[in-house]
Amino acid sequence: MPGKVITITSGKGGVGKTTVTANLGMALAQHGQRVAVVDADIGLRNLDVVMGLENRIVYDLVDVVEGICRLRQALIRDRRVNELYLLPAAQTRDKTAVSPADMIQVCEQLRREFDYALIDSPAGIEQGFQNAVAGADEVIIVTTPEVSAVRDADRIIGLIEAQEKGPGSLIINRLKPDMVRRGDMLSTEDVVEILAIKLLGIIPEDEAIVISTNRGTPIVLDGRSPAAQALDNIARRIMGEDIPMYQPAREEGFFSRLARMVRGGD
Amino acid sequence: MGVSMADGVKIKGTRDGLLVSLGAGDLPLLLADLRAQLNRSPGFFQGGKVALAVGSRPMTRADLQQICDVLGELGITIWAVISQSPMTRAAARELGLASASPPEEAPSDLEAGQEPAVIVRRTLRSGQSVRYPGHVVVIGDVNPGAEIVAGGDIIVWGKLRGTVHAGAMGDDSAVVCALQLQPMQLRISGNIARSPESNRTKQKARPEVARVRGAEIVAEPWEP
Repeated sequence: MPGKVITITSGKGGVGKTTVTANLGMALAQHGQRVAVVDADIGLRNLDVVMGLENRIVYDLVDVVEGICRLRQALIRDRRVNELYLLPAAQTRDKTAVSPADMIQVCEQLRREFDYALIDSPAGIEQGFQNAVAGADEVIIVTTPEVSAVRDADRIIGLIEAQEKGPGSLIINRLKPDMVRRGDMLSTEDVVEILAIKLLGIIPEDEAIVISTNRGTPIVLDGRSPAAQALDNIARRIMGEDIPMYQPAREEGFFSRLARMVRGGD
Repeated sequence: MGVSMADGVKIKGTRDGLLVSLGAGDLPLLLADLRAQLNRSPGFFQGGKVALAVGSRPMTRADLQQICDVLGELGITIWAVISQSPMTRAAARELGLASASPPEEAPSDLEAGQEPAVIVRRTLRSGQSVRYPGHVVVIGDVNPGAEIVAGGDIIVWGKLRGTVHAGAMGDDSAVVCALQLQPMQLRISGNIARSPESNRTKQKARPEVARVRGAEIVAEPWEP
């Protein structure tokens, strides 16, 4: 069965696309899937840094597209899990080095060799974004509970619908339950009401993410933190498991918190 | 469409887009009239394409060029010239415009009260826009950042949170209605209103209709 190409995009920058891509790739691989993560942000590559694989790059996506190397040669294996590979972006070129047709071809090859290929899209709606979604079977839109991020996500969903890539599914990142409770932050319901697409998961704000990102160790690797749990749940939903939605905004009394600690997290 | 004068220049919405008709009168006067009408709602016409109907008036290439120039000031282009005069049609072809004689039966423009409408059966998302000389009906939401400009009424069977402009060619009688009326900005003809700053989303939503009363836009319950 051919694998699935999933593009992770957002419109707005800085909402956590790259962190989500790295962690979902890692989590899917932990569950025994063969996974490739692809950095489509040519000229501003990041995914290698977040995954801690920067120092092993020899070839990149542009080299593959230009026929300088074969796909296999450019894929960097992540030794921390069984079957996780990174296809890095070129740092010294720009997005015009790759066309949507090139990306469709690369995705075709990835589909043959992997269960999942996750493509980390650049911010924006220009050619880099067009490249990133060109070969996608599905699209995941990452947003944060901020009006500007939701506005951009809405724009992206419109563009994806126009390309008949389906409405996509939604990840809400960096939710702060306390702020939602105080009415100072958009709630999950507010975001879903506007975007009206399937919710794939909610990731709470978590300082551990900053640490793991800086260290190049995806947080799901040592994962009992709330964000790691949420990301693992999302990976399992992608695999088709029915996992109840993490609800960080619910009112939590002392006893339910205690019960959760006893159970060992959510 | 509200922007019709007794004689002179008429701008109407038709099934095929905007139609500019020149009536009787001296060309310089008609040009001044055309310019005045266009400048009443420049945003609506900006970048548009129109068909030009000149009846049986014989026109030279220079005459047509003058009309093109006036329209060009607002970025409007002519895509076709409709005339009974073979001379005018020849002049149009010289300028590289399509030309035709008017259809046999009633002209394609519709009389007031029978303006065409377009139905949009999906949610309009941020960055998407609908511009139409007649009425616009949306079955779905109009999200923040989306835009509708209509010559006639705007009806939204859903939540209206984007920016809308009804009666954009100067029709003060146009209305905007929605199941939830919370537009970013709402314009009717030359009037502009914003939703009250109070947190309306928390209120129980009910259908409302916005219309011009006196010199301001008011929203009232939308009831049969």
